[in-house]
Amino acid sequence: MLQRLQHLLGIEPLTREQITFILDQAKPFQEFQRHPLKKLATLRGKTVAIAFFEASTRTRISFSTAAARLGADTMNLQAEASSLKKGESLIDTVRTLEAMRPDGIVMRHSSSGAPEFVAERLAIPVINAGDGTHEHPTQGLLDALTIRDRKGTLEGLNVAILGDILHSRVARSNIHLLSKFGARITLCGPAMWVPRELESLALGLRRVLRVEEALDAADVIIVLRVQTERIYEPSLAAEEYILRYQLTPERLRIAKPDALVLHPGPMIRGLEIDPEVADGPQSCVLEQVTNGLAVRMALLYHLIGGAPADAPHPAKERSNAAD
Amino acid sequence: MRVVEKRQLLSSEEISRTLNRLAHEIVEKSGATGDLALIGVRRRGVPLAERLSRIIRGFSGVEVPVGILDITLYRDDLSTVGPQPVVQSTEIPFAVDDRDLLVVDDVLYTGRTMRAAMNGLFDLGRPRRIRLCVMIDRGHRELPIEATFVGRSVQTSDTEIVEVRLKEVDNEERVMLVDRVA
Repeated sequence: MLQRLQHLLGIEPLTREQITFILDQAKPFQEFQRHPLKKLATLRGKTVAIAFFEASTRTRISFSTAAARLGADTMNLQAEASSLKKGESLIDTVRTLEAMRPDGIVMRHSSSGAPEFVAERLAIPVINAGDGTHEHPTQGLLDALTIRDRKGTLEGLNVAILGDILHSRVARSNIHLLSKFGARITLCGPAMWVPRELESLALGLRRVLRVEEALDAADVIIVLRVQTERIYEPSLAAEEYILRYQLTPERLRIAKPDALVLHPGPMIRGLEIDPEVADGPQSCVLEQVTNGLAVRMALLYHLIGGAPADAPHPAKERSNAAD
Repeated sequence: MRVVEKRQLLSSEEISRTLNRLAHEIVEKSGATGDLALIGVRRRGVPLAERLSRIIRGFSGVEVPVGILDITLYRDDLSTVGPQPVVQSTEIPFAVDDRDLLVVDDVLYTGRTMRAAMNGLFDLGRPRRIRLCVMIDRGHRELPIEATFVGRSVQTSDTEIVEVRLKEVDNEERVMLVDRVA
């Protein structure tokens, strides 16, 4: 039986069964996005704290919308990363959040491990919306859902991840998830962004420096953004990156003909990805966004919905069946 | 929770005859069947709705479409149960607007499932009419809900459970009255 998930801090601790359960549960919520009336009362009366201590628009809106569509209220906390100091700020953060008594917290922070720190100190569910360079589990899940829907399975796929892997929490979540399903993952990018040590993240992970090699026979290509905010002195000129790593239509043809192109967003058209590829039939970026909403609704439903984990079971069962 | 079987309410043959009778009643009391559609409530309402549609097609040639409704997200008791129930998909392959909908379920008890079903249907559009068809009405209504078409009415006590067992779901075919024992 599936062990009840209390928090979602990362993909790494999840089992295949738990991941499959979440993806399966996202399916009715995918269907829900097509309803004329997208408003449920399922989480009515619940409050979800959306605590983002690092800039984000897309993920924050996605979680806020997911909560709202389930009927929950949200508390929106946004704090500038520059005004916070490590460690000290987290304790203050925890105290502030606790004082407002939400039913669950969705948290993004620039320090790896911050959501776990909070989860250890509060009795409410914590969902990691991205922590430092550690993980971005909901992105990993929505990418997996997108791949599974298009390919029919997650088993044994050839996956190429292109770009700044070193600083990418999205890449780490993807690696943890896809390797659990037997994917053959190839990491590719400029040498300083794809150090050898990354190969130890999962079994069978390989690292190459030439994009043509990474794309050979790929079923799935995950293109990462060039994260200029993490690199204060770009040691790789944009022109050179484009020349050597941009996913162009010609390079895409090296992969299998039905290979999928995923991008966590936001895309920088003309930098890591050619606009023709971004808008082409193999691109899944719009599905990723829709699937993100479905995955986040499924997670909020299961983690924040219902009785608290330690609530006593009802003595009487009032409905006849409803199974 | 342990259950003890008390008695059989309907045999396999009686289920079949009841569905036949219900199918005829439905056509008789629906007037124009052009916009009639059946909505099976998961789980056991679904095979019942599918069977009714087949029977109706059999004797009248009329094609009554069947949709599947999962009411989990509309339940009113979610904050009182332990882990959240698994959500399944709702598959209604036709527009709900202006339709004459007949919700089909196995048992009518407190009426809360039907209330949830109506909420779910209203999220999809504005039906012309919604009625309810159940195999068993076991009384104990807690909401002002009624079924237009009833297979059989049964008097039950609070501790009893009516189990409609169908071959599509339970690998057997009969309706049982069971009792909870401490």
